[in-house]
Amino acid sequence: MAAPGPLLEVRDLQVTFPTPAGPVRAVDGIGFTVEAGRTLGIVGESGSGKSVTSLAVMGLHRDATVSGSIALDGRELTALPDRELNRLRGRRMAMIFQDPLSSLHPYYTVGEQVAEHYRVHFKASRAVGRRRAVEMLGEVGIPEPARRAADHPHQFSGGMRQRVMIAMALACEPDLLIADEPTTALDVTVQAQILELIARIQADRGLGVVMITHDLGVVARVAHEVLVMYGGRAAEQAPVDQLFTAPAHAYTRGLLDSLPRLDDTDDAPLRAIPGSPPSLLAPPPGCPYVPRCPRAAAGSAAERDRCASERPAFGLAASSAGGHRVACHYPLEAVAAVPAKAPAPAPAPAPAPAPTPAPEGSR
Amino acid sequence: MSALETVAAPGGPADGGAPPLLSVRDLVKTFPGRRTRGGRAGAPVRAVDGVGFDINAGETLGLVGESGCGKSTTGRMIVRLLEPTSGSVTFDGRDISHLSARALRPVRRHVQMVFQDPFSSLNPRQTVARIISDPMLAQGSGAADARRRAAELMELVGLIPEHLDRYPHEFSGGQAQRIGIARSLATRPRLIIADEPVSALDVSIQAQIVNLMETLQRELGLAYLFIAHDLSVVKRVCDRVAVMYLGRIVEIGHKAEVYGAPAHPYTRALLSAVPLPDPAAERARERIVLLGDPPSPAHPPAGCTFHPRCHKAREICRTEAPLLQIAGPGQRQAACHFPEPAPAGRTGL
Repeated sequence: MAAPGPLLEVRDLQVTFPTPAGPVRAVDGIGFTVEAGRTLGIVGESGSGKSVTSLAVMGLHRDATVSGSIALDGRELTALPDRELNRLRGRRMAMIFQDPLSSLHPYYTVGEQVAEHYRVHFKASRAVGRRRAVEMLGEVGIPEPARRAADHPHQFSGGMRQRVMIAMALACEPDLLIADEPTTALDVTVQAQILELIARIQADRGLGVVMITHDLGVVARVAHEVLVMYGGRAAEQAPVDQLFTAPAHAYTRGLLDSLPRLDDTDDAPLRAIPGSPPSLLAPPPGCPYVPRCPRAAAGSAAERDRCASERPAFGLAASSAGGHRVACHYPLEAVAAVPAKAPAPAPAPAPAPAPTPAPEGSR
Repeated sequence: MSALETVAAPGGPADGGAPPLLSVRDLVKTFPGRRTRGGRAGAPVRAVDGVGFDINAGETLGLVGESGCGKSTTGRMIVRLLEPTSGSVTFDGRDISHLSARALRPVRRHVQMVFQDPFSSLNPRQTVARIISDPMLAQGSGAADARRRAAELMELVGLIPEHLDRYPHEFSGGQAQRIGIARSLATRPRLIIADEPVSALDVSIQAQIVNLMETLQRELGLAYLFIAHDLSVVKRVCDRVAVMYLGRIVEIGHKAEVYGAPAHPYTRALLSAVPLPDPAAERARERIVLLGDPPSPAHPPAGCTFHPRCHKAREICRTEAPLLQIAGPGQRQAACHFPEPAPAGRTGL
């Protein structure tokens, strides 16, 4: 953790699956970094490649071809033999999944499962492993951990199972936690508990977190940095405030506009994004968002042609503060509503609420 | 239990004019308890425990709550996919909760259902034409008429009528849900029970379906019972909203009242738990994090079922179940011994 570089650095990641219909590139040229103590939110819809990305980081793809670079604390993981990777997996980086029940073994007690993990990595005795398991179950907020450690997964509620998963993931004190839709299967009041728990543990231990979700609300709550994926590619990446207040990609804007919000007051129709997400079997040569993009539709014939045929680079946005990047030939102007020519200063938390009721003219 | 009997028209309309299209009273559903190891049947589970509400023609009532609260069971009892254990469901002035299957058929035309998972609710081996025509054929239409109307319906829900002879797998999730909606409209219903109609869909597709449902409501004068766990979506679509907890309605009223100034502590906690897609607002927000999980309906707590998780709980809450009664100046009702006082003239969060 003392290394000067980022905790996790992923560059030009490509993941290709062989399918009967030909190779499918599920992730195409994704790059990001995660610092210790920070949370990167990866947002995208089904098929955007967000989960495939996280599995690639963990080295959990069996049949896929993975290329690019994945470095944990400066150490390249893609070239590591399985044996070495096994030593890092669980120990230095850990993962939790959407459905805790299918990630837990139904036959063993919860305590055994948390302990096994610890014992493998630390070559600890049964008794030590057991102590550690009880300690971890307590830390993640399971009441009466010593007693509950002897229970089986089916005796726990969904929220409690996710706590068990977190206990298991964190038993070896990893530096990096990848959470793939960890609260999607949970009720909203339980989701709030789990997000709170992850945040607390992160603050205690300086954990780097990758939070993969389709829920922009969850991202707004927990992330420092956000990567928006679309059709297996990076669409936009920015510090969280910037992404929500000044999105540069039409897809990000479209997502924000199409969300019904609890704090909405008007009842105007939602601005839905037309069409559906792209098929990865026949990716378009240009920008994958073109068929749904209002900017492309409003452009000249030459502009439309460029969008459809030329793949946009993932470059710095006009307001590149905080490393705001966007993959678009014609990115949205930074906050058309606010006359701000100056390079946006680091977004101050206080005077920010000028959010999404979007500039009407942007379409 | 029968506590709700005394309440005349829970969250009913203020005007008191036309009778409601749908009137649900004291609806109860118990499922047999899990057998114990000794082979004896366990105590029955009261999944729905005395639910009552009205829906007016052309209106949307949102029914929200967490998993296991009984909201889907309630919806299914209204269309008689489940038989109510007791209570009444009155549609257009007629109690339909005890009608025989044959007597129910003419009513079914007016009350249709849209399901959560469009693919598992569409027969994969039937063409879209067949899927959409089926309800019409069941109601006695001719095949040619049904097909013609199916094509119209495809167009109405934003699909291409030429795709009538395709199969469900040839459509995306959003399109499949449109097919499900088209099928529900086939018999020109007046009420649609929509059980989590958008929660299986991608974010960018949800808005399309929500807009479609709103447009159809305007054009066809439909009433919806919109069952969902997503409070933001429900706020968007509903006129009134009912919040369920452990088989009972704990708060019901106009959405401005319930969302703007929730009276029940559970509603407050639920609303405060929903993450807003706005980082600045999220940081500034005061959150009520509930302790523990929703209790199992097999072993409901005594008194107010919410009391073990409620920060306001006092002695009476542990012993006496609160009645659903008017709380505040409007029509809104809450089942709480200590409802939040409604702050005058404040809306929003």
